[in-house]
Amino acid sequence: MTANTHIEVKDLNVHYGTIHALKNIHVKIPNCQITAVIGPSGCGKSTLLRSFNRMLDTMDDVRVTGGVLVDGENIFAANADVPRLRRKMGLLSQRPFPLPMSIYDNVAYGPRIHGISRRSDLDRTVEKYLRMANMWDEVKDRLREPAAKLSIGQQQRLCLARGLAVEPEIILADEPTSALDPISSRHIEQQFRELRADYTLVMVTHILRQARRLADYVLFMYLGELIEHGPAAELFENPREELTKDYIKGTIS
Amino acid sequence: MRKQIEEIAAKILMIGATVVVAGMVVLILGTVLWRGLPALSWDMISQTPSGGYYLGKGGGILNAIVGSILVAGGATLLSLGLALPVALCLNVYFKTQSRLAGCVRASLDVLWGVPSIVYGAFGFGLMLWLGLRASLLGGIITVALMILPIMIRAMDEVIHMVPREMLEASDALGATRWEGAWKVILRQALPGLASAALIAFGRGIGDAASVLFTSGFSDRIPMSLAEPAATLPLAIFFQLGTPFPEVQQRGYAAALILTAIVLAASALARLVSHRAGRFVIR
Repeated sequence: MTANTHIEVKDLNVHYGTIHALKNIHVKIPNCQITAVIGPSGCGKSTLLRSFNRMLDTMDDVRVTGGVLVDGENIFAANADVPRLRRKMGLLSQRPFPLPMSIYDNVAYGPRIHGISRRSDLDRTVEKYLRMANMWDEVKDRLREPAAKLSIGQQQRLCLARGLAVEPEIILADEPTSALDPISSRHIEQQFRELRADYTLVMVTHILRQARRLADYVLFMYLGELIEHGPAAELFENPREELTKDYIKGTIS
Repeated sequence: MRKQIEEIAAKILMIGATVVVAGMVVLILGTVLWRGLPALSWDMISQTPSGGYYLGKGGGILNAIVGSILVAGGATLLSLGLALPVALCLNVYFKTQSRLAGCVRASLDVLWGVPSIVYGAFGFGLMLWLGLRASLLGGIITVALMILPIMIRAMDEVIHMVPREMLEASDALGATRWEGAWKVILRQALPGLASAALIAFGRGIGDAASVLFTSGFSDRIPMSLAEPAATLPLAIFFQLGTPFPEVQQRGYAAALILTAIVLAASALARLVSHRAGRFVIR
């Protein structure tokens, strides 16, 4: 029934303590497209993204009802194999967080955990995904150096390579360019366009123009509610809801 | 005008306090060096006491040097094995505002404040119950108990500094919590963990009261865990307690050796930190 949708959100409600952060979210994320989640600060867009791979668990006092089906499996089910489901999703956060190890080991971290240990296999994997993140040529001679030595833009691409290396089908990005300079941002955006053919991308952004540049499908959220969603062209040109119009015109932000 | 006076007064007070503290360090090290260095000899470091050492005759305190390193080193290793899992558990498995974690931290703080003589008495009671005599093993267990809360709390603080997002990055790749703790958090926190172990070692090697009943004292170097072991703080105490000035001088020399061991351990920890710190994300 849901076999061809990687992520389907069903009646999702999230409470932080007394705050109702997500209200009855119900949406299917289209495959192999870039979906942008837009909306003003505090509208719950990050919370929605973090619910997809159940990153809300680490926070205090969170209550979740409803669910997120990842390839038909509810990740919030009590018996869900969370690490296995998370493996289907790469995550890019606002600021890159490389792991405290070498460039090589950062990319190899996921594959090693999932059982690849042969040196030649790891070498091949690391090269493949560093190439995919367009940084192989920059780092091929310094793979043993600490990841901390890279510039922040390179670190973000390293994090992308690290996420791709576990062979996910979905990439989640939480304002992935907000800490980057314009040139690094362009790199990341370009990569997203290239990845669109094979991956389902979901990107939270507060930059409306970025959403216009990249998105195929758009979710507009406001104060924890999903106000409107649809193909980007349609939503940007002919928004149905007043709030969406106001947001796109810039009357609210 | 008033603000300026306040500013100047605060500055004077702070600089004054800093000078007093720094002066204390100089004074302590100075006294130990001044009084200990003349009495320090190769014999003291390389020989066990011969008969009448405490009356001013020949020999050294190798027994106490080895004993102290064994007791404090063993205790550090033992508590390392317990402290790491606890500190990781407090930060990785418990939520940040977990009530249980709060209770654990509060009780560790209480334990930290318990005087070492109480640990000595408790350790002694434990040994009686287990049928152990005053021995190296007894000393190691008691000192380990004493330094455990110090080590856990120090490690707890260090691990707490690791950015949450780093663990999330590991989680997001499909790693289990254990893998994240072991492969990411430990590596990020390693320099701090080395300092934590060092603080605990320093506290353990310098304490007299906890080993007083539990590790005993002997003129020989212990050859097994069941033999009593001499320790430097007690050796210092015995030497300073004699009426003979030359033996008292040796007491200061022994204090100098103890200080040198702690400084050497500190240098080692710094070296480890430096090497391990290469990959740390700042």
